[in-house]
Amino acid sequence: MSWVPTLVKACYLLAALLFILGLKRMSSPRTARGGIVWAGVGMLVAVLATFALPDMQHRGLIFAAVLIGVVVAWWTGRRVAMTAMPQMVAIYNGMGGGAAAAIGAVELIAHARHGALAVPDTAPLKLENWAADAARQAAEAVAPLPTAVLVLGVLGALIGAVSFSGSMIAFAKLQGWMDKRFVFPGQRVINLVVLVAALACAAALIGNGLTLPLIGAFFLLALAFGLMMTLPIGGADMPVVISLYNAFTGLAVAFEGYVLGNEAIIIAGMVVGAAGTLLTQLMAKAMNRSISNVLFGSFGAAASGTAQEISGAQKPIDAADAAVMMAYAERVAIVPGYGMAVAQAQHKVWEFAKALIDRGVKVKFAIHPVAGRMPGHMNVLLAEAGVPYDLIEDMDDINAEFPNIDVALVIGANDVVNPMAKTDPGSPIYGMPILDVAACKHVIVIKRGKGRGFAGIENALFYADNTRMLYGDGQAAAGQLVSALKAIDD
Amino acid sequence: MLDGFLALYIFMLAAFTGYEIIARVPVILHTPLMSGSNFVHGIVLVGAMIALGHATTPFETALGFVAVLLGAGNAAGGYVVTERMLEMFKPSAKKPGGKP
Repeated sequence: MSWVPTLVKACYLLAALLFILGLKRMSSPRTARGGIVWAGVGMLVAVLATFALPDMQHRGLIFAAVLIGVVVAWWTGRRVAMTAMPQMVAIYNGMGGGAAAAIGAVELIAHARHGALAVPDTAPLKLENWAADAARQAAEAVAPLPTAVLVLGVLGALIGAVSFSGSMIAFAKLQGWMDKRFVFPGQRVINLVVLVAALACAAALIGNGLTLPLIGAFFLLALAFGLMMTLPIGGADMPVVISLYNAFTGLAVAFEGYVLGNEAIIIAGMVVGAAGTLLTQLMAKAMNRSISNVLFGSFGAAASGTAQEISGAQKPIDAADAAVMMAYAERVAIVPGYGMAVAQAQHKVWEFAKALIDRGVKVKFAIHPVAGRMPGHMNVLLAEAGVPYDLIEDMDDINAEFPNIDVALVIGANDVVNPMAKTDPGSPIYGMPILDVAACKHVIVIKRGKGRGFAGIENALFYADNTRMLYGDGQAAAGQLVSALKAIDD
Repeated sequence: MLDGFLALYIFMLAAFTGYEIIARVPVILHTPLMSGSNFVHGIVLVGAMIALGHATTPFETALGFVAVLLGAGNAAGGYVVTERMLEMFKPSAKKPGGKP
């Protein structure tokens, strides 16, 4: 059966190819759906091939674990609401990090037990020689350890463990189980001490050999660091953090792939590590935050008390007048924010937009890159309501058009349309790119009440001369607009 | 076989590939793409299976079992949520003359 390992390796090659092609297709809306299917086929091929590896023990146990993991994750993934996507990505990502850390733990403990290397040092890829090599090395009690394997194994375990505990905290925060930021004096120093201690353990493992207590301390410190690093970060910054942990997990997976001598794992992990890093940068840029600022700064604490006072009053409008205004407009831009999704108003909003389109009004949806809880999250929520993606405009494209737009309908968005980000250096969001709806001829804002937004920042747009406020719950207000629009023709 | 330098080449080329693939992605796909890349590192499942497949002591076996469980969750969960999101992306069906 000497052809079996070759076939398995061919399957891994195919899987790596499918992952890359799948990700490539996922970067365009037209082919994205096919992309995830291609990657899925790659995963299936790789997993099935692994069962066929010649020297595997515990096949029943492996099958059971795969079955349980798949069924539970599939079930939760099917049920979860679209608004909860960010935390689901966080928790599945944490699982991957945990798996990489656990692989590292298994390998390190096996090494510690032998007092030498359990993985063949010269040819980690010759899986068919694995058992023989392991036996030979167990016999040669103190065979020299290939440093590269050990270093990457330890590093992968460290990164994976940080990603695991950090992602779990991110999940808990987005899920609303933990809504405070835990900040105390000297926090950064203590976090740094924990990180240094974890790195010292890692260095000791690499330099002085593997002992079980040291391995235990290493993992505890790594998990603690992930926890403590994530605790002080606020919910608004979580998307960037999740994206960063996604890249971390990719890197950890790639390193453990090297330890196991599996190229498909190395390639898939490394591709995600690089892509995730770039994606993290793109997101941080869209939020006008540097990554170090997200990780070490504390949002809101720096800018207090210096914000400008706003003069003027909020001017209300009722749904009937608002509907008339838009019905006779030539061009209308709808600017949705996360508040719309929370109110589950996207279906009603789309119904209203369709009615406008039927009347001949040109309607566009204007999306800020960080509308929703993750860049692109709002697009998903609109897509769920049936809004075709060619009606959706990015911030950069639509900002130039706003002066030509008659009415902008802002629903559930606040900070992303706040002109103070451009005018007030004292504002915590100063410098953040915004949707410049204040440039439109008229602005209608649907809002629950007169209070401040999620971030507690005053919004000058609500007081502007060309702004009218339509107070009410997002879904109810959108419903009123729909019926008011029907009433015009009756 | 995979010597140190060959591995470095693989790391390097894979990193470039990942970077280039993402470089031109439109903002509207950021969330699904993050979720999709999250699914791809679910390949850790294969590593976990190999680790469990070679575990000898009960403790290693238990750890390996946990690793497979977590890896399977990463892969299956990542696939389901990504597929659900991408399923919804549709262009306007009507109006052939409409501005794209």
